[in-house]
This record gives sequence, structure tokens and C-alpha cells, in this order.
Amino acid sequence: MTEGLIAGLVVFVLASFIGFEIINKIPPTLHTPLMSGSNAISGIAVVGALLVSGARDWNLTVALGLLAVVLATINVVGGFLVTDRMLQMFKKKEVKA
Amino acid sequence: MSDFLPTSIQLSYLVASCLFILGLKELGSPATARRGNLLAAIGMLIAIVATLLDQKVLNYSMILVGILIGSLIGTVMAQKVEMTAMPQMVGLLNGFGGAASSLVAVGEFWRLLGTSETPSIDITITIILSVLIGGVTLTGSLLAFAKLQGLISGSPVTFSLQQPFNISLLLGFLIGSAYLVAHPHDVPVFLALTGVSLVLGVLFVLPIGGADTPVVISLLNSFSGLAASAAGFVLTNNMLIISGALVGASGIILTQIMCKAMNRSITNVLFSAFGSSTTTGTGSSNTSQLDKTVRSIDSEEGAMMLGYARSVVIVPGYGMAVAQAQHAVRELADQLERMGVDVKYAIHPVAGRMPGHMNVLLAEANVPYPQLHDMEDINPEFERTDVALVIGANDVVNPAARHDTTSPIYGMPILEVDKARNTIVIKRGMSAGFSGVENELFYKDKTMMLFGGAKEMVAQLVSGVKQL
Repeated sequence: MTEGLIAGLVVFVLASFIGFEIINKIPPTLHTPLMSGSNAISGIAVVGALLVSGARDWNLTVALGLLAVVLATINVVGGFLVTDRMLQMFKKKEVKA
Repeated sequence: MSDFLPTSIQLSYLVASCLFILGLKELGSPATARRGNLLAAIGMLIAIVATLLDQKVLNYSMILVGILIGSLIGTVMAQKVEMTAMPQMVGLLNGFGGAASSLVAVGEFWRLLGTSETPSIDITITIILSVLIGGVTLTGSLLAFAKLQGLISGSPVTFSLQQPFNISLLLGFLIGSAYLVAHPHDVPVFLALTGVSLVLGVLFVLPIGGADTPVVISLLNSFSGLAASAAGFVLTNNMLIISGALVGASGIILTQIMCKAMNRSITNVLFSAFGSSTTTGTGSSNTSQLDKTVRSIDSEEGAMMLGYARSVVIVPGYGMAVAQAQHAVRELADQLERMGVDVKYAIHPVAGRMPGHMNVLLAEANVPYPQLHDMEDINPEFERTDVALVIGANDVVNPAARHDTTSPIYGMPILEVDKARNTIVIKRGMSAGFSGVENELFYKDKTMMLFGGAKEMVAQLVSGVKQL
């Protein structure tokens, strides 16, 4: 059973390095959109919520899972849309400048 | 052929992970950032659709209703939010993300309870970890949201024996976790652990002052990523682990940037209750500075100085954002440029309420981003600048940070507006800044104070400049 844990850890550590490398290069101008964008990505927990709430029988797990689906979807949709709203403003100026 | 579906789901997850990485990469330049965000959103869509194809997912109708409700609320929130309220928005969304991760873990615990099999040690540990991180993220983010939104006082809350209490609570959590690992079906202990996680989130944010709350939000953003990763460990899902790690990394980097810009360590931000202790500390120096003279001017004089200058650097602070003066500021800059004045904006890394916040606010007012300059770029230019116009900024232009070793902001990198030939400061009154520190810039000979609300004063400057 621990192989799963180790494999997960390998993926986790490597992905963290990729994250550090990419994000260190992002200029301060874009830090707020970055924060809200990455925040939207953390809504990926929605996938976990879907898996947990998928069972056919109605029970506590499904109820909790559905609540998680709603909350995570707010996180995802709200996050991506608000990031887009911000970035749109950055883009408009480029035409002007 | 029976592997076909699971394999394609896993491959879709891989595609989604790649899209997240590419999306974050494209977020690195204003030109491609919007496409980057779109790529990440597509990745998310692929991940969700792939998951719905999973054989474990059976009750589509309920799930679709859930997604619909969530999308609706998310859309409305994203449309309604003011740009000045971005830190709160991120905080709130963050809290939802943390809650979701936590609920997934609790749900999984209950599912395992229903089965006769005893969950292995690593599953129990990952569930506990997921509940802890998710719970702390949830209540911590909600409290930070309430502080920033002004629902509750932003001042740090401390009580005696706070640290020992927190530590014993954490110890209790560890002991409870160890017990749960040995007895994985003990419901009361599990519920107690969940409760303690929620309480820890509150205790974590309570002692942190309003000025530092954005740092906490950024840190909690990192936590919500870790929470998603933890949920990934619970469900042995690589994509959750990868995306969570990416978010975790970005949150930690942004937290570091903010701490560096304020010249403080992360432990100092989290545990020192900055702002409450320092106000009393500077009380003595206040009196000695009171008898120094302040030169105050009116807007006509200010307009004259600006209009006949060759170069002007505008230093916007959160005061400008609160007054919603960014559009008036843009107008002033346009007017000055028409008269041949070279106008630049100097942006401190923590101007506004989170890194890059001021850039977003000025972007909203259609300020072209090539005019915005980072601290490192603009500081050498102040010596050649005729007028530095400070609008609603305070601590980030306080020269005391350079030389006054007793000042709580000593060592903080600042915008060196005092090196400009003249400095005009628009401010409501002589009150101290966010950090509670008196600003010696206001008493310098070259500094003119223009007292009044940012919006009215800038508007008056605009009409003054027009009449020149």
C-alpha cells in the first residue's frame, strides 16, 4: 500500500519544483491575477468531490461530497472568471499603448 | 478493452495537468496572460468531464445540479466584486476550496466506515492531513475575509497564554491523530480532530493585524493547494497532487515576496501581532516630531508645480484605491503628458493590499502598463525627477526605513521619493500609516502637503493644470 504513497510523494515533489520554477519568473505586475488564477486551480478539489459524491445510494458521504462539489465549483468558476476580468483590463491597454 | 475508459481518464488527467503548467507559464507575461488563464480553465474542464466518465460516478443529476449552483454563485461573485476588494475575494474563494478538500476527506472517512475493511495506516494519515489543512484553510480564510471586508475589527487579537494554548491544541491534535491511526473507526475522535482543525484556523489568523492579512491570504492560498494535494493522496489521484503542488508553490513564493517587501520574516508576520505593539513603541518619538513644521500648499500651487515640471513620478498607495481616485489620477497623467511632462508610476511591491494589486487597479483605469515601474527600476530615477506625487501612500515612502534603526519599519525597502527635487503628498491628515509609524517625509523642507481626500484633490489638480 505504501508504494502508492511513495509514488504520490515523487509526483508531489517534482510538481512543486516545476511550480517554483515557473512562478519565480512571473513579473510583479501580474502577481494578483496569478494569485487568483492559482487559487482557481486549487479548486481542482472538485474532482475529488465528484468521485466521493458519485455513489448511487444516498448517504452522508454523498451529501458531503455534493456540498464539496458546490463549494469547489464556486472556487473554480469564480476564480477563473475574476482572473479573466482582471487580465482583460491589462489587454485593453496594450492596444492603446 | 475494459481498461480503455480508466486509461483514457488517466490520460485526460495528464493533459489537464500539462494545461495547468502551460497556463501558469503563460500567466508570466501581460500579452499571453489571458490565454494562459483560458488554458488552465480548459484543463479544469477536461479534468471535470473525465471524472464524470469514471465508473464510480453514477448520480449525474445531483452532481450537475451541484455544479450548476456553484457556477452560478461563482459567476455572480466574479462579476460583482470591486477590484479594490480582490484580496477578500481570493480569501473567500480560498476558504471554499479548503472546505471542499476537507469535506472530501470527511466523506471518504465515512465511506470507509461503512465498509468492513480496515483502512491502512497511510490512508488514515492522508485523511487526517487533508482534514487538518482543509479545515485550517476554511476557517482561517473566512476570518481573514471578515477582517479585510471590515466585518470585524482588523486589529490583532491576542490573549494571555495564546502560544502555549495553540501549541497544546496542536499537540492534542497529534495525539488524537496517533490514536485514530491505531483505531481507524473511532468516530468521536475523528470528529474532535475535525473540530480542532477548524479552531486552529481561527487561532492562526486572530493574532494577525489587518495590514498583514494579505500575507496570510497568500499563505492560505498555498495551504488550499496543499489541501488539494492531500485530497489527491487520499484518493490516489496524481492530477490532484500535481495541481495542488503548483498552487502550493505559487502561494509560498508570493508569501515570500510580500514578507521581503515588508522586510519581515514569515514567523514575524504570523506570531508578532505587528501593529498593536508598535504603536505604543513609537509614541515617544511622536511628541518630538510634533514641533517640526509641515509645509502645506493648495491645489493651484500643486498644479503649477506639476504643470511646469519636466518629469513627474506618481506614487499611488492604497489610500488612492480606497478613494477610487485611479481614474482621476489617469486623467491628471494624461493632461500632464499633453503638456509635455514625462509621467511615470512607481509601484511598491506591497502597494495596495496584495502583490500586484495596484497594477490591477491602475489597469482598471486604463493606465498603460509600460508606464508602471517596479521599485528597483524607479528608485535610481528619483534624483532626476522634478516632482514626486504621493497619493495615499505612507509607509512605503517613509525615509525612516533607511536610517532609523529604532523604527519598526527599519530596513523595509521603500520608494525614495525624498530624493526627488520636490515631493507633493496628498493625504487626508497627518495620521500615521498602516504600520502605526509616524512619517518623517512629511516634515522635510522639500515636501509639500496637500491636505484633502485623494479624489477631490486630484480632480482639483486636473482642473488646475488645465488652466495653466
